[in-house]
Parts: sequence; C-alpha cells; structure tokens
Amino acid sequence: MVTATVPVGRAHTARPAAPARSRAVARLRAGAGLAPFFGYTAVFLLLPTLIVVDGAFRGADGALTLDGLRDAATARTAQVFWTSTWLSAVTAAIGTVVGGVLAYALSTAPVTSVPRKVLTGFSSVLAQFGGVMLAFAFIATLGTNGMVTRLVYEQLGLQVPPDLLSSMTGLVVVYAYFQVPLMIIVFLPALDRLRPQWREATAVMGGTTAQFWRRVAGPILLPQVLGAFLLLFANAFSAFATAAALISQQTVLVPMAIESAIRNENNTGMDSYAQVLALGMVVVVALVMGAHALLLRRAARWTKDAR
Amino acid sequence: MSVHSRWTATALAATMTLALAACGTGAAADTPATSASGGTSKAATATTAADLGGLDALVAAAKAEGQINVIALPDDWANYGAVKAGFQKKYGITVNSILPDASSKEEIAAAEANKGTDQAPDVFDLGTNVALESTAYFAPYKVETWEKIPAENKDASGLWVNDYTGIMSVGYNATKYGEITSLDQLTDEKFRGAVALNGKPAEAGAAFNGFLMTNAAKGGTFDDLQPGLDFFASLAEAGTLNVKDVTAGTVDAGEHGVVMDWSYNQLSTQARLADKGVEWKVFVPEGGEIASFYNQAINKDAPHPAAARLWQEYLFSAEAQNLWLAGGARPVLFDALEADGTLDAAAAGSLPEVSGTPQTPTIEQAEKANAVLAQSWESTVS
Amino acid sequence: MTAPTLTGGTSHAGRARRRQAVLRRTVLSVGTVAMLVPVVALLEYSVRFPLTGAVDLSAWRKIVAGRTTEYQSLAPLWSGLTSSLVMCALTVAIMLGLLLPTMVWVRLRAPRAARTLELVCLLPLSIPAVVLVVGLAPVYRFLAGTPLGSSTVWLSFAYVILVLPFAFRALDAGLRAIDLVTLAEAARTLGGGWSRILLRVVVPNLRPAIVSSSFVTVAVVLGEFTVARLLARENLQTALFQVNLSDSQVAAAMAFVLLTGTTALLVTLELLATRTARTARPRGAEPSRSGVGREPRGDHR
Repeated sequence: MVTATVPVGRAHTARPAAPARSRAVARLRAGAGLAPFFGYTAVFLLLPTLIVVDGAFRGADGALTLDGLRDAATARTAQVFWTSTWLSAVTAAIGTVVGGVLAYALSTAPVTSVPRKVLTGFSSVLAQFGGVMLAFAFIATLGTNGMVTRLVYEQLGLQVPPDLLSSMTGLVVVYAYFQVPLMIIVFLPALDRLRPQWREATAVMGGTTAQFWRRVAGPILLPQVLGAFLLLFANAFSAFATAAALISQQTVLVPMAIESAIRNENNTGMDSYAQVLALGMVVVVALVMGAHALLLRRAARWTKDAR
Repeated sequence: MSVHSRWTATALAATMTLALAACGTGAAADTPATSASGGTSKAATATTAADLGGLDALVAAAKAEGQINVIALPDDWANYGAVKAGFQKKYGITVNSILPDASSKEEIAAAEANKGTDQAPDVFDLGTNVALESTAYFAPYKVETWEKIPAENKDASGLWVNDYTGIMSVGYNATKYGEITSLDQLTDEKFRGAVALNGKPAEAGAAFNGFLMTNAAKGGTFDDLQPGLDFFASLAEAGTLNVKDVTAGTVDAGEHGVVMDWSYNQLSTQARLADKGVEWKVFVPEGGEIASFYNQAINKDAPHPAAARLWQEYLFSAEAQNLWLAGGARPVLFDALEADGTLDAAAAGSLPEVSGTPQTPTIEQAEKANAVLAQSWESTVS
Repeated sequence: MTAPTLTGGTSHAGRARRRQAVLRRTVLSVGTVAMLVPVVALLEYSVRFPLTGAVDLSAWRKIVAGRTTEYQSLAPLWSGLTSSLVMCALTVAIMLGLLLPTMVWVRLRAPRAARTLELVCLLPLSIPAVVLVVGLAPVYRFLAGTPLGSSTVWLSFAYVILVLPFAFRALDAGLRAIDLVTLAEAARTLGGGWSRILLRVVVPNLRPAIVSSSFVTVAVVLGEFTVARLLARENLQTALFQVNLSDSQVAAAMAFVLLTGTTALLVTLELLATRTARTARPRGAEPSRSGVGREPRGDHR
C-alpha cells in the first residue's frame, strides 16, 4: 500500500523516454484538458478585456484615435493614480498586519471550535460587504448622527469631525473594514499548514519561539504574506462603489474617474478616456501581480509542497 | 452518510439548482410569444395612434404586450411612483422599473447594452443635453395632445418632447437650522458639512443647474461663471460644503442638511420628513431662477413598442400631467390644461413661489459652462 | 531546556498554552467587537431615526408588511434575493466544475501551464467591474438571443470570472497541502480512471479548500452590485439599493438581516460539511493529514 513517505514526483522520469509521436500526442491531450477552462475564460474574460483595450483607442464614432490617451496624459490623471495607489497600499498594509494577527489568533483555536467557525464565516461575509450599504453602515456609525459619534461625544466630550468619512482617513478606515476580513480568510489556510511537528522540532533542537518564527515559520509564510498583501492591494485598487458613495462629488480614485467619465451627461465623448484609464489600471495591477509572481519564485526555494 | 449517498445527495442538489434556475428563467421571460425585437412590427413603426387604427387599437396592442420597461424613474422624482402606479392600474400593464438612480447617459448606455433583448428600456426620460445627442436611438411619435404642446417644447418630427420642468431650489432642515432666506447664510459655522448639490456639476444635470442657480443668484450669468465658483470656494473654505452623494438616506441620517435640487425632489423630501416630525423648507434664492425641461422619447428598438407608445399617450394626458404637478413639477401642458379647466388647482398652488422669470441656458451656453466646470470644479472645492 | 510535553499541568508548555489561550481570546474579542460595531450601528439606525432620535419599529413592520411606501412594495427585494441565491448555487457549481479539474489537470499533466493558469485567474482583479461590463455587454446581448434568454441568473457566468482570484487561491492552498502526484499515481496503479481520481481521491482530500472556495464564492455573489447594475439586471444588492433610495431605515434593517443571515448560512454549511466529513471515512491511499487538527483540543503552536 502506498503511503505518503514515498518520494514523489520524480518516479515517472525514471521511465525510458517515449517516442516523439506519442510525446506530441501526450502534449495535445494535456492541452485538450485545459480547453474547457481556457475556452470559458476566453469568452467571459479575455474577450471583454480586448474590447476594452480596443475601446481605449476608438472615439465615439468608432474611428481610431489617440484622444483618450491625450486626455489621460495630464497631471490630474497622475494625481488620481497616485491617490489610488497610496490608498490601496496603506489599506493593504493595515489589512495584512491586523488581519494577519487576527488570523494567527484564529489558527491557534481548534478547527472544530464554534467561535472559530463563526468568525471565519463572518469574515467571509464582511470581506465582500461593500458598496453603498457599507458606506451607509459607516455613516450610521461615524457620521454626523452616528452611533459612535454620539457615544464618543456623550462619554468623552470629543467631537468626531463631520467630514471624517469624506476624507482620506475615513476612507482608510472604511476600506480596512473589508481588507482585514479578506486577509483573515486568505491567510488562515496558510497558517493551518504550519505543522506542530515543526514547532516541536525547533524546540527539541534548542530553538526559542523567536527563532522558530524567524528561521522556520517566517520564510515559509513570507510568500503567502506578500501574496496576500498584493491581493489586498489589487482588491482595494479596483474597489469603487464604497468610495463613490462617500466622496461621490470628487473623483479622487481611478475607478471613480472611470465611472464618472462613463456617467458624464454633459460631455458624452469621454468613453475612450475611461477606457484608457481602465487600461492604466490593468497595467498597474498587472505589475503588482508580476511582482507577486517574482516573489513567489524567489521564496519557492524555501518551500516545496508540504510533505 | 456513506460516500455513495453523499454523492447522490450532491447530484440531487445540483439537479434541483439547475431546475430552479430554469424555472427562474421561465418565470422571468413572461412574454414567450414575442421575439426579442418586440411585438407587432406595426407598433414599432407607428408615428401616431392613428397609424394603428386609433387609441383603442393602441391600448389593445399594448395590453397584448403586457409589460413596459422604464428606466431612471425613482418613485419620489416628480411623483413618478404615482404615475407608474396609475398607468399600471388604468391599463393592467406591468411596469418594470429598472435602475431608478441612473443618469440620463446611463439610460442610453442601458439601451445599448441590452439592445435586441427584452430587458432594453422602452422609453427614456432624459436631460436636454443627452436627448439632443442621442436622437439616433429614438423612434418618432406624436401623442394625441401633440398640437397643445408649445412648438419650442418639442422636436418637429416627434423624436423627443419636453415633459416637465422644475425650479432649482434650496431645501433645508428648518427644524434644525431655522429659517434661511439667502445663500450668504450658508457659510455659517452651524452648517458645517451640511450643504450639498445633487451630484457633480460637471456631470449631472441636476447639479449643473444647481450651480447655475447659485451663480445667477450671486450676480453671474450663463457666460460668466466666476461668482458661482467663488461662492462654492467660500463654502469649501468654511467647511460647510459636503461632497457625498445626496440620497434619502444621507438626508435622514443628518449628513446633508441643506440640499440644492429640483423643486419636485424637495417636495418628496418634505413629505417624507414631515412624517417623521422634521420640517423641511424650500426657497428659491432671488435672482437665481433656473428651470430646465426633461425630455420624453421612445426607444427605436423597444421590446414593447405598443406599450411604449401608450405610456407616452398616458404621460401627456391630463391625469399624468396633474400627477406631475402634484409632485411639484411644472408639466409642459400646464397652460393648455389651465385653459381647458382640467388643471388640478390644489396641486398648482403647491408650486414654489418664484419672483423672476425662470431662465434656461442655450445648448452653446451649457456646453461652454460645462467645459469651464470640468476644468475648475475639482480645484475650487478641494 | 526541558522537552515540551503535550499534556497539561504545571509544565512550561502548559503555562505557555494557557497564556496563549488568554492572549488569543483577548485579541479575538477585540477584533470581533471592532468588526461588529458598524453592523450594530446598522441595527440601531433601523430603529432610531437620527434626526429626531425617535425610536420605533416601523421599518421592521414595513418589512413584514411587504411595502415601504404606497407605491413601492418589497417584492423586488425578495425576487432579487431569490435570484442571488440561485446564482450562488450556479456560480459555485460552475466554478468547481471548471476550476478544480483544470487545476488538478495542470498539476498532473501540464505543469508548464501553471503560470498561465495563475495569471488568468488573477486577471479579473485588475479589471474593474465598471470596465469589464463594457466588454460583457455584447456577450450577454448574444446570450439573450439564445434559448437561455435574458434571465438574471445567467449573470453567474460573469460571477465565476469575478470569484476566480479568490477561489483559485483557496483551491491552490489546498492542493499544495496534499501530495497530489503520489495520490494520483496510486489511484492509477489501483486501476482508477481520471474521473475516479477526481471524485474519489482528490475531492475528499480537498474538502476544506473546496468549502472555503465555495464560501468565498457565495459571499462574492451575494455582495455583487456593479455588474448587475450596469447590465440592468436585478439582484439582491441592486434591489437593496433601490429600497435605500426610498426608505433608508428599511434598507438598513435588510442589510443587517443579510449580514447576519449570510453568516449564519455559512456557519451552518460549514458545520454540516465537517459533520459529514467526520462520519465518512474514505478508504484508500490517503496520507495522514496533520496540520489541520482533528484532535478535539489541539495546540498547534
């Protein structure tokens, strides 16, 4: 009976090399198995993306134009991209740290415990809670007549600034509210893979907790942490419904600029500008994801699939 | 549970889900007989009720279609809730109201996105700017009361027609702030974070006209926008300007205490807050009387063409025009109804007091003003 | 340094464990309270009108009665909820049916495609919904002409794309934790075909990952607003948004119900999933699965 202790993965290379034709057939068959998935994403993901890329270079009449690019190459656009990047990075950092701590606390609880299940379920829901209702929940909390505003005023005599939610600080707080749960649900599986045997082994060899974290768990978890950070970054970067509900009359973020260009009643020729901005977003997040891939490849030295 | 029965259960669940989905599809597609492009082709090209053989024939054709898709018509905008309910009650045709908060441009975008399906909107209610640019989407139609509509309020071929207008006004929470009679009061500390336009002036029609009202009241004209920009800059500096989107929710939550919006929208806020014991008052600043008509049009690719045309007939009948009046809007047939004696006098009395003559910018003025705002609004208020 | 023991008592390890439990409970309590504050605020808003401070249950009564104003009934909310629930099931089914076999296939047969797969799965994160819809609209226009029609539930096809990044991560984490190649080889040696490998070997081992990817999917579908709105279809969030326009207290009450209800749903599903897992004991070449504690009171760190 085969058990997990059999060394894995290299067994089949011990066979003699197959003849060229059956290798090609094998490759074709391998490719065929990928067809359903890639066919589906081609229709529902790649095709729309291509339409957007094409639209970035077409004017309202359908002719090729660089107007969109020209409208986009302004200081205003750079400002909007900078604000988006900054906000996404800050909230992703907060999410990673706070969420990481909470995820660790959760992982030390037994998997079967009900509080852990409830918190995980609640985090799943909050991670996707966004848009107008989230903005509204915060207005009900920190707004002019919000619950916390009143409590703080009555108990501590402090006045929460009425424009808190429309400021960057307010946005950071609101974004953190869905970033932290997202980190929890993304990172918890990685923490679960830390085996108690490693901790025991470190202790047996005379290592302290700090050394365990620095030399054993740290390197193993690092790619996951960075990957989660980048996921949170991309998540915040594309989010807009919440910010739009809170600062709707100023376009400070890229998705808001895109939506405002599309919604614009008074200047209906903004569509190619919107699509250029969208292209810019795709580029930024693609760069972020590329960094993620690089990091993973470097950190892969430390982690093979768990044995 | 053994492995086998677990998988059976899963397979059953999956089958049930797919069956449910199919049922959902079946239930949603209530018009099995009609093709995606609409019912009888006769209705799709009719330019008057006479083309179909008279109003009764139109009613019959519309009832056969059974539904109408309307877009961007919130219940509390110019009493559209009553208008939609009235139409549904009178003819038994289901009114599917989608995207009530859509802007005029999003109406056309929805028509484009759903072209050829039965989800496309049948009729539009658009701001002037978008209406004039989108005539390619419209089918011409002249209602029975066409002759009574003033010539400057309609397109000669019937592609679009003005339906109602309001006066730009300033509504405020009188219970909290007391009486407000002038815009200059709005820089006071007590209005911190409370003053708002209904949208972004460079983009949304209501906010654009709100800006024009402020500008005119401060001595500007449609060609000179500096007084308006200066005023909003002073509001931003005093910390009284709020840039959140105005909704019933934000007003209820106390986020917005002073809102510049069409008079008919103020009316619904008044009614809603009066219910809760809060007094919402409305005033039109002196010198700042701005009006702008919205426009009705029929989608060329309407999935329910007969119902669309019947809707138009209903809107320009005395019943619907008076409903708009009750909602605080000034319907286009106001003078004709008054002459005929069919005007709802009580509702007419509820229109806000206006001292001067309401102004409307021309297309060129609006375009230039919009360009200026697109340039300077962000820097003015931040 | 004394060797750590796994038994309790006054040993060093026991004290450390108790300290850790206290710390854990403090951290989690603080975190939970912080996360609950806005939810409680929603509840408070639904009963207390902010401008006057008056407290009443009129919003809740309206939900029971089924209408908010004279003209607006709450029927769109219930039909939106139904559509969204159906879409949850459909999206989970398509996602698992499409993504899981592909990921397994890549690991077993086409390892060079792994990077491409990951890239494609992460791509949806970089394209905002506002923009994706521009490209999806023609596709859905086409779909409306097919026998599928223009029903809202076919938004599931787009939702599968939206959940790809999260589902991929969850399934990937699960696949990393098991020794897929050995398992597959063992199953092949014992005479299993492709479908048998998938159904009888892979899925039981990946249960937590499948469950967590399904939860993420449910959460995404129930919270999705932009795509439905821009394609002019009605789902739960668009219906809620509409209600918010006319009566914000009712919308706040509904949002509260949704948040707590969805959490309850997910927790129940997870409890059910682990209960069936514990009663079933799949036989076969299955490695011991440490790291995901089955011990009732495990201490992992």
